Amino acid sequence: MNHNPQAWGRPRDDVYGAYNSQYLPQHHGGPSAHPTTHTQSPIVTGTSVIAIKYSTGVVIAADNLASYGSLARFTDVKRLKPFNRKAVVGFGGDVSDMQYLDRLLSSLDVQENYSHNNDDPEDTKALMSAKNLHTYLAKVMYKRRSDFNPLWNSLLICGLDEKNKPFLATADLLGTTYSAPTLATGFGAHLAQPLLRKAVPDEEASQKLDKETAVEVVRECMKVLFYRDARSMNEYSIAVVDEKGVELKEKEKLENQSWAFADQIRGYGTQTV
Amino acid sequence: MAALSSYSMPTEQPAFSFQNQPQSHASGGPTQHSFYPYTDNGGSTLGISGSSFTIIAGDTRMTSGYNILTRYAPKLFRIGGEGPEHAGAKIVLSVVGFAADGQALQERLDMVVKMYRYQHGKDMSVHACAQRLSHILYNKRFFPYYVQAILGGIDEEGVGALYSYDPVGSYEREQCRAAGAAASLIMPFLDNQVNLKNQYEPDAPQGLEKPQLQPQPLDRQTVEELVRDAFTSAVERHIEVGDGLQMMVITKDGIEELYSPLKQD
Repeated sequence: MNHNPQAWGRPRDDVYGAYNSQYLPQHHGGPSAHPTTHTQSPIVTGTSVIAIKYSTGVVIAADNLASYGSLARFTDVKRLKPFNRKAVVGFGGDVSDMQYLDRLLSSLDVQENYSHNNDDPEDTKALMSAKNLHTYLAKVMYKRRSDFNPLWNSLLICGLDEKNKPFLATADLLGTTYSAPTLATGFGAHLAQPLLRKAVPDEEASQKLDKETAVEVVRECMKVLFYRDARSMNEYSIAVVDEKGVELKEKEKLENQSWAFADQIRGYGTQTV
Repeated sequence: MAALSSYSMPTEQPAFSFQNQPQSHASGGPTQHSFYPYTDNGGSTLGISGSSFTIIAGDTRMTSGYNILTRYAPKLFRIGGEGPEHAGAKIVLSVVGFAADGQALQERLDMVVKMYRYQHGKDMSVHACAQRLSHILYNKRFFPYYVQAILGGIDEEGVGALYSYDPVGSYEREQCRAAGAAASLIMPFLDNQVNLKNQYEPDAPQGLEKPQLQPQPLDRQTVEELVRDAFTSAVERHIEVGDGLQMMVITKDGIEELYSPLKQD
């Protein structure tokens, strides 16, 4: 009998041969032919995420495209991830880092579910709010940038805070965080944010905004982004978070597009004017 | 001199503060993409101390390049006190520069001051807090917090205390200090109006021996007006400053917070 308890239940070396660590990464004992590498630039990327606060909740949207440079590579990538019935995270930037964060959030949610009953709407004391989740994600992002191994994303975290008030904030690859009644990442910061701010110039205006208008403004912004952002597509996800929970639609199509402006454009292309 | 009022990003060329990549590369070698862990989020802060109070102020705009990220991101933080609301706090920290580092620095100092009260059963003095902040900054000497900090409070004699810092922890106690994007606009104004630089006895006869006016501690209303004037002027001339003016007045009775709008253009 082998008297080493660590060996019990493992494949025996005299039967199967020693474990082949060839396929393991270096920090797990793999071959050291290659140095450990950190993300220095994003590869497969998602474009803008936009969100707006209204009187009782938050609306957030992002399209379903993951680009490989200028190639529209994956067309059904869901970039809005519901965390629990109070919080949704929208991911822009590197898709593999998004998937890592999604796994991280899944395991966090499992841990959190041991401390309370997630299905009981009355049991909200221990339920992680969007604000808690934002703090958590901001710390993860800041730690990774301080290790020079950033997660190449910009995140919008939205939902309800611990007092069930609408909450919207962001965290990016540098660990920078901020909050505003309307937020947009990536190209959306240039194209959508001015439109969102026209609808909601300040906190006061967002407290007066109703859900239908908020959704309408966001849909309009997604259309403008599709007109002008070359890394966008016409199918998108939209989520509304309020006290009733998360209402997530992942296969929305842009409607009532008007390309009437297109033939007015002069100065490049094939026209000979 | 401790805190350089015109602290800028590492470049020799004239540039906007938000051009955050190192400007020059050794030519000939392959271009390497590398992750640059800092950015500049703009904004400006200012502190003035009086005989029985200290005022710290900052605008609430947060920027990234030409984008306004948000119109309300406070740069002023209460340090110590009880609970997450900092009830009863008497020290204020202002940070300007890289916002994520500023947030991290604020959390660390707050934790230190709260632990001090927990372990010693009394509040930390501003003097001790100021030195501790210097140590926290210097501890990260080789990967600094990219912020210019100003710390304000009331000292053990009841006199307004103001300390200013550079990113690696060099600090000194001063009467007034401006930091951040518009520091180079505000500081000369403060030199003239608070420290009465280049102001001479008007009644003295012309000549080389004309005596300089001696700075006197200012009263609270005068200081508040100076702060407002400094910021309304800075907003006109600097694109990274604006949206709102947050002021914290620290007296022996605690901290009074004031907010007034600035131009949003």
